[in-house]
Amino acid sequence: MRFQIPEHELMGPGHVACPGCGAAQAMRYVLKALGEKTIVVLPACCWSIIAGPFPYSSLQVPLYHTAFETAGAAASGIKAGLEIQGDTDTTVLAWAGDGGTFDIGIQALSGAAERNDDILYVCYDNEAYMNTGIQRSSATPWGAWTTTTPVRHFKNRPKKDIMMVMAAHKIPYAATATVAFPDDLVAKVQKAKTIHGTRFLHILSPCPPGWKIPSEIAIRLARLAIETKIFPLYEIENGEKYTITRQPDGVPVIEYLKFQGRFKHLTKSQMDDIQDMVEKEWENLLSKTERSH
Amino acid sequence: MKKVITGNYAVSYGAMVSRSQVIAAYPITPQTQIVELLSEFCADGLLDAKFIKVESEHSAMASCIGASATGARAFTATSAHGLALMHELLHWAALGRLPIVLANVNRAMGPGWSIWTDQNDSLSQRDTGWLQFYCESNQEILDTIIQGFKISEQILLPTMLVLDAFFLSHTSEPVDIPDIEVVDTYLPKYNATYRLSTENPYAFGGLTGPDHYFEIRYKMQETMDQAIEIARQADEEFERIFGRSHGLIERYYSDDAELILVVSGSIASTTRDVVDQLRSEGRNVGMLKVRMFRPFPRQEFRNAVRRAKKVAVIDRNICVGFGGIFYQEITSTMYGHRDDLPIFGFIAGLGGRDVTPNVIHEIVTHAETHDTPDTEIIWIGVKR
Repeated sequence: MRFQIPEHELMGPGHVACPGCGAAQAMRYVLKALGEKTIVVLPACCWSIIAGPFPYSSLQVPLYHTAFETAGAAASGIKAGLEIQGDTDTTVLAWAGDGGTFDIGIQALSGAAERNDDILYVCYDNEAYMNTGIQRSSATPWGAWTTTTPVRHFKNRPKKDIMMVMAAHKIPYAATATVAFPDDLVAKVQKAKTIHGTRFLHILSPCPPGWKIPSEIAIRLARLAIETKIFPLYEIENGEKYTITRQPDGVPVIEYLKFQGRFKHLTKSQMDDIQDMVEKEWENLLSKTERSH
Repeated sequence: MKKVITGNYAVSYGAMVSRSQVIAAYPITPQTQIVELLSEFCADGLLDAKFIKVESEHSAMASCIGASATGARAFTATSAHGLALMHELLHWAALGRLPIVLANVNRAMGPGWSIWTDQNDSLSQRDTGWLQFYCESNQEILDTIIQGFKISEQILLPTMLVLDAFFLSHTSEPVDIPDIEVVDTYLPKYNATYRLSTENPYAFGGLTGPDHYFEIRYKMQETMDQAIEIARQADEEFERIFGRSHGLIERYYSDDAELILVVSGSIASTTRDVVDQLRSEGRNVGMLKVRMFRPFPRQEFRNAVRRAKKVAVIDRNICVGFGGIFYQEITSTMYGHRDDLPIFGFIAGLGGRDVTPNVIHEIVTHAETHDTPDTEIIWIGVKR
């Protein structure tokens, strides 16, 4: 199969991401898909560092660093500022981590989505506050160790379903993606680019230091997240129409969990519990997909 | 065009004739009428602006920051808790060197919930790097918005103008609303030197180490020093075009006064009346109205009290644990310059309690009958 991915690079090699960082690869693919007429809005997140310190930037598009909880609102303001000055075709890309999206930034994101402001909001989700040193977020999955959920008190709540939250806003487009399927990722960004209104992309981004994995298996794990149905690839249009964009192979979750230091304390029965939760969520997704077609 | 309008509507008209391009705002009493009228201006096509009806004041300022970073003229209005919620982003706007203008209706902080005026909300934002102007009248409010954009867009620091809840926000006065075309000659289209543009891509606000951050602060202070002269020039040019000016520190019978009352906001109007009356009785009292609080025009203040025998500062605010905030500024300004000058610090009118002519008389009598202040804080009208 030949990938339909633009060759033009808008991200330079001088970025300071960790080896194997999914978020760095995600930005590279998303910018390839969006092209030069893009302005990136960055709240506090790993990418505040990855982009490079003053006076450098690893991006060849304009970049505005904004406060942690403001990606949605700052992006709305940038879009309004451009439009009132006659620029209607630049894509304003809010680029936030899971903390800045699921937690501290959810209010501003909800505001922008409810107004259906014309922005593309990408959450690159590495499932914890990785930039501050691996603290639990509401995107951290059940069972995971973090520095604020030690193994004897691991996270015992499920990951927040941010896609359902966004669907509830009836925004025109929301989709999940991951760096292990770059053709799917790029196609979704290209589709999102043609739509007006708030578009939301949830990208699972492996984090070798935070997940306690060797950097060379990061992509493999992202692939396993999809194939185990832990992180299905799908789209939601107008909050209603669900489409699964890749049928998972149905690999048992243990094959995903066993490589990751953050899950190594889990017992067989706890892994079985995760398998059950995943099956239930998958059934939910299937029934929503069937109902909407 | 002359119209009888409230202080809130003076803000709305000011934002309109300044051709604000992006407005992002959230309702809060007693500011809400400002954004209501602006919404109508936008809906009726009287103002060609994007109005972002955000879900919080925090997002209001974040959106203004984004808009201003593209080179658009951005405006918002708020009050008290809304301003407090913006706090982080007030720093962001100033450090980001964005010429946003914000109107704050001075309202006391809760709890207990208060919708009435005092200055603790805006003065709590003293150190955020915003210019601050305290307005006395509705005309001054409207004019200060236009001047605020004029000054801010030259120096790339944001401006906050302040009006008292109800005493100004909901009180109607005749206001001259200048023709927008005339305002255009004074305040031309903002042409941002640095802006977000895909044609000339830059990264703004990235990680800044100790080798560079220090200089960001140095440059802000340097600019603030220049802002005093730039504001003075902006006021003079305003007078040439519109026939009125407001000064940075207004002197009212102060040049030969033995006792000078230092005031701000709508208390200045009351004090003006009291000074008139005292002068007619032959008492040698004058007033200084501090309109520009940040940057503080220190040299102008020192000159203005050069011949005074006493200064009485009236603060409608309190830095709990120290005293009046204008009092702090003024004692600090005078340190080492006139150590013979007694400075009295009065606290009055907190939480919207009326500062009547009688209150001003009580302050004058106190200052006249004491050689030096007995205490750092002199409470007026407090029920003990």
